[in-house]
Amino acid sequence: MKLQLGHAVRAFPTLFRVGLAEMIAYRAEFIIWILTTNMPLVMMALWTAVAAEGPVGRFDSKAFQAYYVATLMIRLLTNTWMVWQLTMDIRQGALATRLLRPLHPLLAYAAEHMAAVPIRALMVSPLLIVLLVVTPGHLALGSPLRLAIFLASLVGAWLLLFFMMAMIGSLALYVESAVGVFEVWLGFHFVLSGYLVPQELMPKWVLPISNVLPFRYSLGFPVETMIGLNSNGQALRDLGVQWLFVVALFVGTLVVWRKGMRRFVAFGG
Amino acid sequence: MIDVQHLSKVYRVHKRPPGLRAALRSVWRRKFENVQALDDLSFAIAGGERVGFLGPNGAGKTTTLKILSGLLHPTSGSASVANFVPQQRATAFLKTITLVMGQKQQLLWDLPPSETYAMNRALYDLPRKEAEETQAQLLELLEIGDLVNKPTRQLSLGERMKCELVAALLHRPKVLFLDEPTIGLDVSMQARIRTFIKEYNQRFGATVLLTSHYMEDVAALCPRVIVIDKGRLIYDGALQQLVHRIRPEKRITIRLSAPADRAQLEKLVPPEAISGQTDAQVVLTVPVPRVSELLRAALGSLAVQDLAVEDPPLEEIMRELFQSSAAARPAAGVKG
Repeated sequence: MKLQLGHAVRAFPTLFRVGLAEMIAYRAEFIIWILTTNMPLVMMALWTAVAAEGPVGRFDSKAFQAYYVATLMIRLLTNTWMVWQLTMDIRQGALATRLLRPLHPLLAYAAEHMAAVPIRALMVSPLLIVLLVVTPGHLALGSPLRLAIFLASLVGAWLLLFFMMAMIGSLALYVESAVGVFEVWLGFHFVLSGYLVPQELMPKWVLPISNVLPFRYSLGFPVETMIGLNSNGQALRDLGVQWLFVVALFVGTLVVWRKGMRRFVAFGG
Repeated sequence: MIDVQHLSKVYRVHKRPPGLRAALRSVWRRKFENVQALDDLSFAIAGGERVGFLGPNGAGKTTTLKILSGLLHPTSGSASVANFVPQQRATAFLKTITLVMGQKQQLLWDLPPSETYAMNRALYDLPRKEAEETQAQLLELLEIGDLVNKPTRQLSLGERMKCELVAALLHRPKVLFLDEPTIGLDVSMQARIRTFIKEYNQRFGATVLLTSHYMEDVAALCPRVIVIDKGRLIYDGALQQLVHRIRPEKRITIRLSAPADRAQLEKLVPPEAISGQTDAQVVLTVPVPRVSELLRAALGSLAVQDLAVEDPPLEEIMRELFQSSAAARPAAGVKG
C-alpha cells in the first residue's frame, strides 16, 4: 500500500471528480440521508429546556445550543456510509471488481467518500451562521493555533471513523453479521462520543473510560475544540491521542483486511 | 504465459437444512461441508493463444478464472500468470490482466461510460494520451463512439457489454480472462463481440482464456479447448481433435425437392444413421471415411436440392463428453 501512495495521489483528483459526479447523480438520496441525522437537534431541544431552569455544570441554554449545533456539523462532515457499502460489496461479490484494479480498494473507497465532503460542507455552512448568530461568542477558532488544531482534529475524526467503519465492514469477510457488529459499535459511539450528552456531564466514572477509547476522539474532541470547551494544551494532548488511534485503526483495518482476503470467495459470478 | 500446476480449491460451506428447528440449532452448532471446486488441475497456455475453458455448471471454470486473476487463494497447488503469482495481486500483475464477467459490471450505473473510463485511466495510472488513443481504437472496433456519453442505465444489455469491454481493455491487458462475455446477448451482438475479441487478440497479441456456454463462441474463437468437470481436467487439446475423438462422424443434411421413402434411405445407410427425416429434408450421421461415397450415392438416388456436410453440433459433443466423464468418475482426467 505504501508504494501505491504516489499512484493514489495522482489518481485522487479524477476519483474525487467521479465521486462528486456520482454524489450529484444520487443527490436526493444523499440529502435524505443527511436529514436523518437529527438526533443532536432533539437533544438540543431537551437540554435547552432543562437549562432554562438553571445551568447544568458549565452549560447554560446557549452553551447547549452551541454544543449541539457544533455536534451536528462535525457529525455531518465526518460520517460516511463505508460500513454498509463495504459489507454489501463483500456479500454480493462486487468487491471483486475493485480487487482487480491496481489501486488498493481502501484507497479508492477513501477517495469516493472524501468526494462527499465538499457537498456536506456546503450543507453544513448555514449551521455555522446559526452558530455565530444564535450563540455569539461560542465559536472558539479565533487564533491560528486553535484553528489548526481544530482542522487537524476534523481530519483525524474523519479518518478515525473511516477506518473504524472499514474495519467493521471488513468483518463481513469473516461473519455474516458485520452490520450487527456495527450497530453494537454505534450504541457505544452514541454514549461515549458526546453525540447524545457532553462527556463532562456524564457520571464521573465515564470520562476516564471514554478518554482511552476512540469514540470521543471521533466527535466530542473536535466539538469541544470548536466551541472552546478545552484549553489549547488539552486540545493538543487530545490531538496526539486522536492520531494515535487513527494509526492504530489504520493498522487494525489492514490486518483484518489482509487476513480476510484469504477468505474472500467473490460470490455472485 | 499461464501455468497451472496441481491446483486445488476447497470451499468451506455452511450447511443447514430448512426449517425453524434447524435454524435455531445452527445458532449453537454450525455444520460445515467441504466442497472440492478444483482437484489437482494442471495446464499451461502460451502467449497469444485463444483457449476455450469448458465444463458443465459447477465444474470449477469460474473458480479457476478467479484464482488466475488473483481474486481467490488456491487451497493447494500453484498458478502463474505472466510470471506473477496471481494471489499476491502485484500492481504490475493487475495491469497485465483483465477479467470480464458477463454477469457483473464495473460501469458506474448512473453515470455515462466515459466517467468509468476516466476513473479506470486514473486507477491504472495510464498516461492520458495513450489511454485516449486506446479508448478511441476500442470504440472504433466496437462501433460505439456515440454511446459513451449516455448514462449506463439507459444502454441496452448489448451496448453495456460493449462498453464493459472497453472499460476492461483500456489498459491494454496482455491476458484476457473472459467469463461468459456474450451471455444474454442476441445472435448478432454475440457475433460482434466474438469478432472484436479475435481482433483484439490479433492486434495486441493477447492471450485469451474464455468460458462460454455458447458453443458458437468457442468454435469461432478457440482453436484449443480445456475441458474440466468437477474440478478435474478431462480434455486439453485441439477442438477439432476433440470433435473427431468423441464423434468421428459427419452430419449430412440433404434438402429434397421430392420426398424420399425410408427404404430408399436404408439402401444408403443403416437405419441408426438416419438422424432425422421429413418430406423436405433428411439428416444422416455417417463415419468420416464414408462421406464421399455416400454423397455420390445420394446424388444419384435422391432428389437432392441442396446439401451440407458438418461436424455434429458442439453442444452434442460436449454433452457426450460430460456424460462419459460423469460415468468414468472418479477416474483421472486424460490429456488430448
